Amino acid sequence: MFPENLHYSIRGPVNDFIEMLVINYGWVFKAISHALLQSVLLIESALRGLPWWCVIIIFMVGAWYSSRRIILTAAVGILLFLVGVLGLWDLTMQTLALMLMATIVSVLIGVPVGIIAAKNGFVRGTILPILDIMQTMPSFVYLIPALMLFGLGKVPAILATIIYAVPPLIRLTDLGIRQVDKEVVEAATAFGGSPIRILFGVELPLATPTIMAGLNQTIMMALSMVVVASMIGARGLGEQVLNGIQTLDVGKGLEAGIGIVILAVLLDRITQGFGKTRAGGVTNG
Amino acid sequence: MGKIEIRNVFKIFGHQEDKALELARQGLGKEEILSQSGCSVGLNNVSMTIDPGKIFVIMGLSGSGKSTLVRHLNRLIEPSSGEVLFDGKNILDLSPKELRKFRTHHISMVFQSFALMPHRTVLQNVIYGQRVRGTARQKAREIGQQWIDAVNLSGYENKYPHELSGGMRQRVGLARALAADTDVILMDEAFSALDPLIRAEMQDQLLELQTKLSKTIVFITHDLEEALRIGSEIAILKDGELVQVGKPADILNNPANDYVARFVERRPVGVGAE
Repeated sequence: MFPENLHYSIRGPVNDFIEMLVINYGWVFKAISHALLQSVLLIESALRGLPWWCVIIIFMVGAWYSSRRIILTAAVGILLFLVGVLGLWDLTMQTLALMLMATIVSVLIGVPVGIIAAKNGFVRGTILPILDIMQTMPSFVYLIPALMLFGLGKVPAILATIIYAVPPLIRLTDLGIRQVDKEVVEAATAFGGSPIRILFGVELPLATPTIMAGLNQTIMMALSMVVVASMIGARGLGEQVLNGIQTLDVGKGLEAGIGIVILAVLLDRITQGFGKTRAGGVTNG
Repeated sequence: MGKIEIRNVFKIFGHQEDKALELARQGLGKEEILSQSGCSVGLNNVSMTIDPGKIFVIMGLSGSGKSTLVRHLNRLIEPSSGEVLFDGKNILDLSPKELRKFRTHHISMVFQSFALMPHRTVLQNVIYGQRVRGTARQKAREIGQQWIDAVNLSGYENKYPHELSGGMRQRVGLARALAADTDVILMDEAFSALDPLIRAEMQDQLLELQTKLSKTIVFITHDLEEALRIGSEIAILKDGELVQVGKPADILNNPANDYVARFVERRPVGVGAE
Protein backbone atom coordinates (compact mmCIF):
# COMPACT_ATOMS: atom_id res chain seq x y z
CA MET A 1 0.00 0.00 0.00
CA PHE A 2 1.12 3.56 -0.69
CA PRO A 3 1.81 5.31 2.67
CA GLU A 4 -1.21 7.31 3.67
CA ASN A 5 0.71 10.24 5.13
CA LEU A 6 1.88 11.03 1.59
CA HIS A 7 -1.66 11.35 0.33
CA TYR A 8 -2.65 14.71 -0.98
CA SER A 9 -5.95 15.44 -2.63
CA ILE A 10 -6.52 18.33 -5.02
CA ARG A 11 -10.26 17.72 -4.73
CA GLY A 12 -10.93 20.42 -2.14
CA PRO A 13 -9.02 23.28 -3.79
CA VAL A 14 -10.54 22.48 -7.22
CA ASN A 15 -14.05 22.39 -5.81
CA ASP A 16 -13.44 25.69 -4.01
CA PHE A 17 -12.10 27.22 -7.19
CA ILE A 18 -15.14 26.23 -9.25
CA GLU A 19 -17.44 27.45 -6.53
CA MET A 20 -15.58 30.76 -6.42
CA LEU A 21 -15.95 31.05 -10.20
CA VAL A 22 -19.66 30.39 -10.06
CA ILE A 23 -20.26 32.89 -7.27
CA ASN A 24 -17.95 35.70 -8.35
CA TYR A 25 -17.78 35.44 -12.09
CA GLY A 26 -21.16 33.98 -12.87
CA TRP A 27 -22.05 37.00 -15.01
CA VAL A 28 -19.10 36.41 -17.33
CA PHE A 29 -20.24 32.87 -18.00
CA LYS A 30 -23.81 34.03 -18.39
CA ALA A 31 -22.73 36.50 -21.04
CA ILE A 32 -20.71 33.88 -22.94
CA SER A 33 -23.57 31.46 -22.58
CA HIS A 34 -26.06 33.97 -23.90
CA ALA A 35 -23.95 34.84 -26.94
CA LEU A 36 -23.38 31.19 -27.83
CA LEU A 37 -27.02 30.31 -27.32
CA GLN A 38 -28.27 33.14 -29.52
CA SER A 39 -25.86 32.15 -32.28
CA VAL A 40 -26.79 28.49 -32.21
CA LEU A 41 -30.49 29.34 -32.13
CA LEU A 42 -29.99 31.52 -35.18
CA ILE A 43 -28.34 28.69 -37.10
CA GLU A 44 -31.00 26.28 -35.91
CA SER A 45 -33.92 28.47 -36.88
CA ALA A 46 -32.35 28.98 -40.30
CA LEU A 47 -31.88 25.26 -40.86
CA ARG A 48 -35.32 24.33 -39.55
CA GLY A 49 -37.00 27.27 -41.21
CA LEU A 50 -35.74 26.40 -44.68
CA PRO A 51 -37.87 24.00 -46.73
CA TRP A 52 -36.42 20.47 -46.64
CA TRP A 53 -35.65 20.38 -50.36
CA CYS A 54 -33.76 23.61 -50.04
CA VAL A 55 -31.42 22.12 -47.42
CA ILE A 56 -30.90 19.06 -49.61
CA ILE A 57 -30.01 21.29 -52.56
CA ILE A 58 -27.54 23.28 -50.45
CA PHE A 59 -25.83 20.07 -49.40
CA MET A 60 -25.73 18.79 -52.98
CA VAL A 61 -24.24 22.04 -54.22
CA GLY A 62 -21.59 21.80 -51.50
CA ALA A 63 -20.84 18.20 -52.46
CA TRP A 64 -20.57 19.10 -56.14
CA TYR A 65 -18.39 22.09 -55.48
CA SER A 66 -16.01 20.09 -53.29
CA SER A 67 -15.77 16.87 -55.31
CA ARG A 68 -17.03 17.51 -58.87
CA ARG A 69 -18.38 13.98 -58.83
CA ILE A 70 -21.95 13.33 -59.93
CA ILE A 71 -22.31 10.03 -58.05
CA LEU A 72 -21.20 11.54 -54.77
CA THR A 73 -23.47 14.53 -55.24
CA ALA A 74 -26.44 12.26 -55.95
CA ALA A 75 -25.58 10.04 -52.97
CA VAL A 76 -25.55 13.07 -50.70
CA GLY A 77 -29.03 14.02 -51.88
CA ILE A 78 -30.41 10.52 -51.48
CA LEU A 79 -28.94 10.02 -47.99
CA LEU A 80 -30.35 13.29 -46.76
CA PHE A 81 -33.71 12.38 -48.26
CA LEU A 82 -33.50 9.08 -46.38
CA VAL A 83 -33.05 10.99 -43.13
CA GLY A 84 -36.34 12.72 -43.83
CA VAL A 85 -38.05 9.45 -44.68
CA LEU A 86 -36.97 8.00 -41.33
CA GLY A 87 -38.71 10.91 -39.64
CA LEU A 88 -35.48 12.35 -38.28
CA TRP A 89 -35.41 15.60 -40.25
CA ASP A 90 -36.06 17.99 -37.41
CA LEU A 91 -33.73 16.21 -35.00
CA THR A 92 -31.00 16.06 -37.63
CA MET A 93 -31.26 19.80 -38.23
CA GLN A 94 -30.95 20.42 -34.48
CA THR A 95 -27.85 18.27 -34.29
CA LEU A 96 -26.45 19.87 -37.42
CA ALA A 97 -26.90 23.33 -35.93
CA LEU A 98 -25.02 22.23 -32.84
CA MET A 99 -22.23 20.75 -34.98
CA LEU A 100 -21.96 23.84 -37.13
CA MET A 101 -21.75 26.10 -34.10
CA ALA A 102 -19.12 23.91 -32.43
CA THR A 103 -17.17 23.75 -35.69
CA ILE A 104 -17.29 27.50 -36.28
CA VAL A 105 -16.00 28.22 -32.79
CA SER A 106 -13.37 25.48 -33.20
CA VAL A 107 -12.12 27.11 -36.39
CA LEU A 108 -12.06 30.55 -34.74
CA ILE A 109 -9.96 29.12 -31.91
CA GLY A 110 -8.06 26.34 -33.66
CA VAL A 111 -6.64 28.06 -36.72
CA PRO A 112 -5.14 31.10 -34.94
CA VAL A 113 -3.75 28.91 -32.14
CA GLY A 114 -2.29 26.55 -34.73
CA ILE A 115 -0.65 29.46 -36.53
CA ILE A 116 0.87 30.79 -33.31
CA ALA A 117 2.10 27.29 -32.42
CA ALA A 118 3.74 26.96 -35.84
CA LYS A 119 5.51 30.30 -35.44
CA ASN A 120 6.67 29.89 -31.86
CA GLY A 121 8.43 26.81 -30.55
CA PHE A 122 7.75 27.68 -26.92
CA VAL A 123 4.01 28.03 -27.52
CA ARG A 124 3.99 24.73 -29.40
CA GLY A 125 5.83 23.01 -26.57
CA THR A 126 3.24 24.32 -24.10
CA ILE A 127 0.17 23.63 -26.19
CA LEU A 128 0.87 20.08 -27.36
CA PRO A 129 0.62 18.47 -23.90
CA ILE A 130 -2.53 20.50 -23.21
CA LEU A 131 -4.04 19.12 -26.43
CA ASP A 132 -3.15 15.60 -25.29
CA ILE A 133 -4.97 16.23 -22.03
CA MET A 134 -8.01 17.65 -23.84
CA GLN A 135 -8.22 14.55 -26.00
CA THR A 136 -7.69 11.92 -23.32
CA MET A 137 -9.52 13.44 -20.35
CA PRO A 138 -12.91 11.67 -20.08
CA SER A 139 -15.46 14.17 -21.29
CA PHE A 140 -17.69 13.85 -18.21
CA VAL A 141 -14.88 15.33 -16.11
CA TYR A 142 -15.29 18.70 -17.79
CA LEU A 143 -18.98 18.31 -18.57
CA ILE A 144 -19.87 18.67 -14.88
CA PRO A 145 -18.03 21.98 -14.29
CA ALA A 146 -19.34 23.21 -17.65
CA LEU A 147 -22.83 22.43 -16.39
CA MET A 148 -22.18 24.33 -13.17
CA LEU A 149 -20.86 27.36 -15.02
CA PHE A 150 -23.18 27.48 -18.02
CA GLY A 151 -26.30 25.63 -16.94
CA LEU A 152 -28.10 22.79 -18.70
CA GLY A 153 -28.65 22.67 -22.44
CA LYS A 154 -26.92 23.47 -25.67
CA VAL A 155 -24.16 25.75 -24.43
CA PRO A 156 -22.23 23.32 -22.21
CA ALA A 157 -22.75 20.71 -24.93
CA ILE A 158 -21.13 23.01 -27.48
CA LEU A 159 -18.26 23.82 -25.14
CA ALA A 160 -17.61 20.18 -24.30
CA THR A 161 -17.70 19.38 -27.99
CA ILE A 162 -15.18 22.12 -28.71
CA ILE A 163 -12.79 20.92 -26.01
CA TYR A 164 -12.93 17.44 -27.47
CA ALA A 165 -12.88 18.39 -31.14
CA VAL A 166 -10.51 21.36 -31.47
CA PRO A 167 -7.15 19.57 -30.89
CA PRO A 168 -6.82 17.95 -34.34
CA LEU A 169 -7.49 21.29 -36.02
CA ILE A 170 -4.77 22.99 -33.96
CA ARG A 171 -2.33 20.15 -34.60
CA LEU A 172 -2.90 20.05 -38.33
CA THR A 173 -2.86 23.83 -38.75
CA ASP A 174 0.48 23.87 -36.96
CA LEU A 175 1.75 20.99 -39.09
CA GLY A 176 0.42 22.47 -42.32
CA ILE A 177 2.11 25.83 -41.76
CA ARG A 178 5.40 24.26 -40.76
CA GLN A 179 5.35 21.97 -43.79
CA VAL A 180 5.20 24.86 -46.23
CA ASP A 181 8.38 24.82 -48.31
CA LYS A 182 10.94 26.95 -46.45
CA GLU A 183 12.44 28.14 -49.72
CA VAL A 184 9.14 29.54 -50.93
CA VAL A 185 8.74 31.47 -47.68
CA GLU A 186 12.35 32.63 -47.99
CA ALA A 187 11.68 33.78 -51.56
CA ALA A 188 8.61 35.74 -50.47
CA THR A 189 10.71 37.33 -47.72
CA ALA A 190 13.52 38.13 -50.15
CA PHE A 191 11.04 39.99 -52.35
CA GLY A 192 9.99 42.15 -49.44
CA GLY A 193 6.84 40.40 -48.26
CA SER A 194 5.79 41.30 -44.73
CA PRO A 195 5.07 38.49 -42.24
CA ILE A 196 1.30 39.09 -42.51
CA ARG A 197 1.41 39.13 -46.28
CA ILE A 198 3.41 35.91 -46.34
CA LEU A 199 1.03 34.27 -43.86
CA PHE A 200 -2.08 35.05 -45.88
CA GLY A 201 -0.56 34.97 -49.35
CA VAL A 202 1.75 31.97 -49.09
CA GLU A 203 1.59 29.95 -45.89
CA LEU A 204 -2.15 29.63 -45.34
CA PRO A 205 -2.99 28.85 -48.99
CA LEU A 206 -0.29 26.19 -49.12
CA ALA A 207 -1.35 24.75 -45.77
CA THR A 208 -5.02 24.62 -46.74
CA PRO A 209 -5.18 20.90 -47.63
CA THR A 210 -3.69 19.99 -44.25
CA ILE A 211 -5.93 22.44 -42.42
CA MET A 212 -8.94 20.98 -44.23
CA ALA A 213 -7.90 17.50 -43.08
CA GLY A 214 -7.85 18.91 -39.54
CA LEU A 215 -11.29 20.46 -40.01
CA ASN A 216 -12.58 17.12 -41.24
CA GLN A 217 -11.24 15.41 -38.10
CA THR A 218 -12.75 18.12 -35.94
CA ILE A 219 -16.19 17.62 -37.46
CA MET A 220 -15.98 13.85 -37.10
CA MET A 221 -14.98 14.15 -33.45
CA ALA A 222 -17.71 16.68 -32.83
CA LEU A 223 -20.26 14.21 -34.18
CA SER A 224 -18.98 11.51 -31.87
CA MET A 225 -19.87 13.80 -28.96
CA VAL A 226 -23.53 14.06 -29.96
CA VAL A 227 -24.81 11.36 -27.61
CA VAL A 228 -22.73 12.58 -24.69
CA ALA A 229 -23.96 16.11 -25.32
CA SER A 230 -27.55 14.93 -25.18
CA MET A 231 -26.98 13.76 -21.61
CA ILE A 232 -26.69 17.36 -20.50
CA GLY A 233 -29.77 18.44 -22.32
CA ALA A 234 -28.75 19.17 -25.89
CA ARG A 235 -31.60 18.06 -28.10
CA GLY A 236 -31.32 16.30 -31.42
CA LEU A 237 -30.32 12.88 -32.67
CA GLY A 238 -28.24 12.10 -29.58
CA GLU A 239 -31.23 12.58 -27.35
CA GLN A 240 -33.14 10.11 -29.47
CA VAL A 241 -30.38 7.50 -29.09
CA LEU A 242 -30.29 8.04 -25.35
CA ASN A 243 -34.05 7.80 -25.22
CA GLY A 244 -34.00 4.56 -27.20
CA ILE A 245 -31.47 3.00 -24.85
CA GLN A 246 -33.30 4.07 -21.72
CA THR A 247 -36.62 2.66 -22.88
CA LEU A 248 -35.04 -0.43 -24.46
CA ASP A 249 -36.50 0.75 -27.77
CA VAL A 250 -33.75 -0.71 -29.93
CA GLY A 251 -35.39 0.31 -33.20
CA LYS A 252 -35.65 3.94 -32.15
CA GLY A 253 -32.03 4.00 -31.06
CA LEU A 254 -30.95 2.41 -34.33
CA GLU A 255 -32.90 4.92 -36.40
CA ALA A 256 -31.26 7.85 -34.65
CA GLY A 257 -27.92 6.09 -34.87
CA ILE A 258 -28.34 5.78 -38.63
CA GLY A 259 -29.15 9.49 -38.73
CA ILE A 260 -25.87 10.32 -36.98
CA VAL A 261 -23.91 8.06 -39.30
CA ILE A 262 -25.48 9.64 -42.38
CA LEU A 263 -24.68 13.12 -41.09
CA ALA A 264 -21.09 12.01 -40.45
CA VAL A 265 -20.72 10.52 -43.93
CA LEU A 266 -22.12 13.65 -45.60
CA LEU A 267 -19.91 16.07 -43.72
CA ASP A 268 -16.87 13.83 -44.07
CA ARG A 269 -17.16 13.44 -47.84
CA ILE A 270 -17.83 17.11 -48.41
CA THR A 271 -14.94 18.39 -46.27
CA GLN A 272 -12.55 15.73 -47.59
CA GLY A 273 -13.40 16.80 -51.09
CA PHE A 274 -12.37 20.37 -50.32
CA GLY A 275 -9.00 19.15 -49.04
CA LYS A 276 -8.37 17.02 -52.11
CA THR A 277 -9.34 19.43 -54.88
CA ARG A 278 -6.82 21.90 -53.58
CA ALA A 279 -4.16 19.29 -53.00
CA GLY A 280 -4.43 18.02 -56.57
CA GLY A 281 -3.66 21.32 -58.23
CA VAL A 282 -1.43 22.95 -55.72
CA THR A 283 0.94 20.89 -53.63
CA ASN A 284 2.52 18.95 -56.46
CA GLY A 285 4.91 21.85 -56.94
CA MET B 1 24.00 52.19 -58.54
CA GLY B 2 24.16 49.01 -56.56
CA LYS B 3 27.64 48.97 -55.07
CA ILE B 4 27.96 46.48 -52.24
CA GLU B 5 30.69 46.45 -49.63
CA ILE B 6 31.09 43.74 -47.05
CA ARG B 7 33.30 44.60 -44.11
CA ASN B 8 34.68 42.08 -41.63
CA VAL B 9 31.62 39.92 -41.59
CA PHE B 10 31.55 36.96 -39.23
CA LYS B 11 28.70 34.50 -38.98
CA ILE B 12 28.63 31.90 -36.23
CA PHE B 13 25.99 29.17 -35.98
CA GLY B 14 25.55 27.70 -32.52
CA HIS B 15 24.85 28.51 -28.88
CA GLN B 16 28.18 29.96 -27.79
CA GLU B 17 28.25 32.71 -30.36
CA ASP B 18 30.33 35.18 -28.35
CA LYS B 19 33.03 32.69 -27.47
CA ALA B 20 33.29 31.41 -31.03
CA LEU B 21 33.39 34.96 -32.35
CA GLU B 22 36.28 35.74 -30.02
CA LEU B 23 38.16 32.66 -31.23
CA ALA B 24 37.50 33.58 -34.85
CA ARG B 25 38.86 37.08 -34.24
CA GLN B 26 42.04 35.51 -32.87
CA GLY B 27 42.45 33.92 -36.28
CA LEU B 28 41.54 30.31 -35.50
CA GLY B 29 40.14 28.12 -38.27
CA LYS B 30 36.79 26.41 -38.63
CA GLU B 31 37.89 23.05 -37.15
CA GLU B 32 39.52 24.52 -34.06
CA ILE B 33 36.58 26.77 -33.30
CA LEU B 34 34.19 23.86 -33.65
CA SER B 35 36.19 21.70 -31.24
CA GLN B 36 36.65 24.49 -28.69
CA SER B 37 33.18 26.08 -28.67
CA GLY B 38 30.88 23.64 -30.46
CA CYS B 39 29.87 26.37 -32.89
CA SER B 40 30.25 26.14 -36.62
CA VAL B 41 31.65 29.09 -38.48
CA GLY B 42 29.64 30.20 -41.48
CA LEU B 43 31.76 33.20 -42.39
CA ASN B 44 35.13 34.13 -40.97
CA ASN B 45 36.16 37.77 -41.39
CA VAL B 46 34.97 38.23 -44.95
CA SER B 47 35.47 41.60 -46.62
CA MET B 48 34.89 42.35 -50.28
CA THR B 49 33.65 45.03 -52.62
CA ILE B 50 31.18 44.26 -55.38
CA ASP B 51 31.19 46.83 -58.13
CA PRO B 52 27.94 47.88 -59.80
CA GLY B 53 26.95 46.72 -63.25
CA LYS B 54 29.04 43.56 -63.28
CA ILE B 55 28.56 39.87 -62.72
CA PHE B 56 30.41 39.03 -59.54
CA VAL B 57 30.82 35.31 -58.95
CA ILE B 58 31.28 33.82 -55.50
CA MET B 59 32.66 30.34 -55.78
CA GLY B 60 33.37 27.56 -53.31
CA LEU B 61 32.55 23.97 -52.48
CA SER B 62 29.48 23.07 -50.47
CA GLY B 63 29.91 24.20 -46.89
CA SER B 64 32.26 27.01 -47.84
CA GLY B 65 29.74 29.62 -46.76
CA LYS B 66 28.81 31.03 -50.16
CA SER B 67 25.05 30.66 -49.75
CA THR B 68 25.34 32.09 -46.25
CA LEU B 69 27.30 35.05 -47.58
CA VAL B 70 24.81 35.90 -50.30
CA ARG B 71 21.96 35.84 -47.78
CA HIS B 72 23.74 38.54 -45.79
CA LEU B 73 23.38 40.91 -48.73
CA ASN B 74 19.59 41.09 -48.33
CA ARG B 75 19.62 40.20 -44.64
CA LEU B 76 17.87 36.86 -44.95
CA ILE B 77 20.66 35.99 -42.51
CA GLU B 78 21.97 38.46 -39.95
CA PRO B 79 25.74 38.52 -39.40
CA SER B 80 27.19 37.84 -35.95
CA SER B 81 29.45 40.81 -36.49
CA GLY B 82 30.47 43.15 -39.31
CA GLU B 83 28.95 45.57 -41.76
CA VAL B 84 27.16 45.24 -45.07
CA LEU B 85 27.07 48.50 -46.99
CA PHE B 86 24.81 49.19 -49.96
CA ASP B 87 25.76 52.36 -51.81
CA GLY B 88 27.52 53.44 -48.65
CA LYS B 89 24.62 52.79 -46.29
CA ASN B 90 24.80 50.02 -43.68
CA ILE B 91 21.77 47.81 -44.33
CA LEU B 92 22.08 46.28 -40.87
CA ASP B 93 20.71 49.56 -39.49
CA LEU B 94 17.44 49.30 -41.41
CA SER B 95 14.21 48.80 -39.47
CA PRO B 96 11.99 45.89 -40.53
CA LYS B 97 9.89 48.23 -42.63
CA GLU B 98 12.88 49.92 -44.26
CA LEU B 99 14.38 46.49 -44.87
CA ARG B 100 11.25 45.38 -46.75
CA LYS B 101 11.40 48.53 -48.82
CA PHE B 102 15.10 47.94 -49.50
CA ARG B 103 14.32 44.39 -50.65
CA THR B 104 11.51 45.44 -52.97
CA HIS B 105 13.44 48.30 -54.58
CA HIS B 106 17.11 47.38 -54.53
CA ILE B 107 17.77 43.67 -54.32
CA SER B 108 16.05 40.57 -55.66
CA MET B 109 17.00 36.94 -55.70
CA VAL B 110 16.95 33.73 -57.77
CA PHE B 111 17.02 30.45 -55.87
CA GLN B 112 18.67 27.11 -56.54
CA SER B 113 15.45 25.10 -56.22
CA PHE B 114 13.43 27.86 -57.94
CA ALA B 115 11.23 28.55 -54.87
CA LEU B 116 8.23 29.47 -56.97
CA MET B 117 4.85 29.72 -55.29
CA PRO B 118 3.06 26.55 -56.39
CA HIS B 119 -0.42 28.05 -55.93
CA ARG B 120 0.22 30.98 -58.23
CA THR B 121 0.49 31.11 -61.99
CA VAL B 122 3.67 32.04 -63.82
CA LEU B 123 2.46 35.62 -64.24
CA GLN B 124 1.39 35.92 -60.61
CA ASN B 125 4.78 34.62 -59.52
CA VAL B 126 6.63 37.01 -61.78
CA ILE B 127 4.76 40.09 -60.56
CA TYR B 128 5.05 39.18 -56.87
CA GLY B 129 7.78 41.73 -56.23
CA GLN B 130 5.88 44.49 -58.02
CA ARG B 131 2.67 43.68 -56.15
CA VAL B 132 4.44 43.72 -52.79
CA ARG B 133 5.88 47.07 -53.75
CA GLY B 134 2.37 48.37 -54.28
CA THR B 135 2.24 48.59 -58.09
CA ALA B 136 -1.32 48.49 -59.39
CA ARG B 137 -2.44 45.13 -60.79
CA GLN B 138 -2.75 46.25 -64.39
CA LYS B 139 0.61 47.99 -64.47
CA ALA B 140 2.28 45.03 -62.72
CA ARG B 141 0.80 42.65 -65.27
CA GLU B 142 2.26 44.70 -68.10
CA ILE B 143 5.69 44.65 -66.50
CA GLY B 144 5.36 40.93 -65.79
CA GLN B 145 4.35 40.15 -69.36
CA GLN B 146 7.33 42.08 -70.68
CA TRP B 147 9.79 39.99 -68.62
CA ILE B 148 8.01 36.73 -69.38
CA ASP B 149 8.55 37.56 -73.05
CA ALA B 150 12.17 38.49 -72.34
CA VAL B 151 12.93 35.03 -70.94
CA ASN B 152 11.08 33.34 -73.84
CA LEU B 153 8.15 32.05 -71.82
CA SER B 154 5.40 33.77 -73.81
CA GLY B 155 2.25 31.69 -73.77
CA TYR B 156 2.94 30.14 -70.37
CA GLU B 157 1.65 33.09 -68.31
CA ASN B 158 -1.32 31.22 -66.92
CA LYS B 159 0.38 27.88 -66.30
CA TYR B 160 1.24 26.74 -62.79
CA PRO B 161 4.87 25.98 -61.88
CA HIS B 162 4.27 22.22 -61.63
CA GLU B 163 3.27 22.21 -65.30
CA LEU B 164 6.71 23.47 -66.38
CA SER B 165 10.09 21.78 -66.81
CA GLY B 166 13.04 22.63 -64.56
CA GLY B 167 14.62 24.99 -67.07
CA MET B 168 11.34 26.80 -67.63
CA ARG B 169 10.75 27.12 -63.90
CA GLN B 170 14.11 28.74 -63.42
CA ARG B 171 13.35 31.14 -66.24
CA VAL B 172 10.25 32.09 -64.25
CA GLY B 173 12.55 32.58 -61.26
CA LEU B 174 14.77 34.81 -63.36
CA ALA B 175 11.82 36.77 -64.74
CA ARG B 176 10.54 37.26 -61.20
CA ALA B 177 13.87 38.77 -60.16
CA LEU B 178 14.07 40.94 -63.29
CA ALA B 179 10.47 42.14 -62.99
CA ALA B 180 11.18 43.39 -59.47
CA ASP B 181 13.31 46.01 -61.23
CA THR B 182 16.06 46.10 -58.61
CA ASP B 183 19.64 47.30 -58.86
CA VAL B 184 21.04 44.01 -57.66
CA ILE B 185 20.10 40.40 -58.41
CA LEU B 186 21.42 37.64 -56.18
CA MET B 187 21.61 34.25 -57.86
CA ASP B 188 22.17 31.40 -55.42
CA GLU B 189 23.35 28.41 -57.46
CA ALA B 190 20.61 29.45 -59.81
CA PHE B 191 21.57 27.02 -62.60
CA SER B 192 23.02 24.18 -60.53
CA ALA B 193 19.82 22.13 -60.53
CA LEU B 194 19.57 22.18 -64.32
CA ASP B 195 21.05 19.69 -66.75
CA PRO B 196 24.20 20.78 -68.65
CA LEU B 197 22.56 21.78 -71.94
CA ILE B 198 19.82 23.84 -70.31
CA ARG B 199 22.40 25.32 -67.98
CA ALA B 200 24.55 26.54 -70.87
CA GLU B 201 21.44 27.96 -72.50
CA MET B 202 20.53 29.83 -69.32
CA GLN B 203 24.08 31.17 -68.97
CA ASP B 204 23.89 32.52 -72.52
CA GLN B 205 20.52 34.07 -71.82
CA LEU B 206 21.82 35.70 -68.65
CA LEU B 207 24.87 37.13 -70.45
CA GLU B 208 22.68 38.40 -73.26
CA LEU B 209 20.28 40.08 -70.84
CA GLN B 210 23.18 41.51 -68.87
CA THR B 211 24.61 43.29 -71.92
CA LYS B 212 21.33 45.21 -72.16
CA LEU B 213 20.58 45.69 -68.47
CA SER B 214 23.94 46.10 -66.73
CA LYS B 215 22.61 45.06 -63.34
CA THR B 216 24.80 44.15 -60.43
CA ILE B 217 24.59 40.38 -60.35
CA VAL B 218 26.02 38.35 -57.50
CA PHE B 219 26.23 34.81 -58.77
CA ILE B 220 26.94 31.85 -56.49
CA THR B 221 28.28 28.64 -57.97
CA HIS B 222 30.43 25.63 -57.12
CA ASP B 223 31.36 25.20 -60.74
CA LEU B 224 34.60 26.84 -61.91
CA GLU B 225 33.62 26.46 -65.55
CA GLU B 226 30.45 28.44 -64.92
CA ALA B 227 32.34 31.03 -62.88
CA LEU B 228 34.89 31.60 -65.64
CA ARG B 229 32.22 31.76 -68.30
CA ILE B 230 30.00 34.43 -66.81
CA GLY B 231 32.04 36.22 -64.14
CA SER B 232 33.69 39.61 -64.54
CA GLU B 233 35.23 39.00 -61.15
CA ILE B 234 35.47 35.86 -59.05
CA ALA B 235 35.77 35.45 -55.30
CA ILE B 236 36.72 32.06 -53.89
CA LEU B 237 35.58 31.00 -50.43
CA LYS B 238 36.86 28.12 -48.33
CA ASP B 239 35.60 27.21 -44.86
CA GLY B 240 33.95 30.61 -44.53
CA GLU B 241 37.13 32.50 -45.38
CA LEU B 242 37.81 34.51 -48.50
CA VAL B 243 40.75 32.90 -50.30
CA GLN B 244 41.12 34.99 -53.43
CA VAL B 245 39.32 37.69 -55.39
CA GLY B 246 40.22 38.59 -58.92
CA LYS B 247 39.48 38.60 -62.62
CA PRO B 248 39.06 35.15 -64.17
CA ALA B 249 42.51 35.45 -65.72
CA ASP B 250 44.12 36.24 -62.35
CA ILE B 251 42.51 33.21 -60.78
CA LEU B 252 43.70 31.00 -63.60
CA ASN B 253 47.24 32.35 -63.82
CA ASN B 254 48.03 33.32 -60.25
CA PRO B 255 46.15 31.05 -57.87
CA ALA B 256 46.57 32.46 -54.36
CA ASN B 257 47.19 29.09 -52.74
CA ASP B 258 47.01 25.34 -53.21
CA TYR B 259 43.26 25.24 -52.74
CA VAL B 260 42.65 27.57 -55.65
CA ALA B 261 45.36 25.88 -57.69
CA ARG B 262 43.68 22.50 -57.25
CA PHE B 263 40.39 24.02 -58.32
CA VAL B 264 41.98 25.41 -61.44
CA GLU B 265 43.90 22.24 -62.30
CA ARG B 266 40.85 20.04 -62.13
CA ARG B 267 39.10 22.26 -64.61
CA PRO B 268 37.98 20.42 -67.74
CA VAL B 269 40.42 20.91 -70.61
CA GLY B 270 39.66 23.66 -73.08
CA VAL B 271 37.42 25.78 -70.88
CA GLY B 272 38.38 29.31 -70.12
CA ALA B 273 40.76 29.38 -73.06
CA GLU B 274 38.71 31.82 -75.06
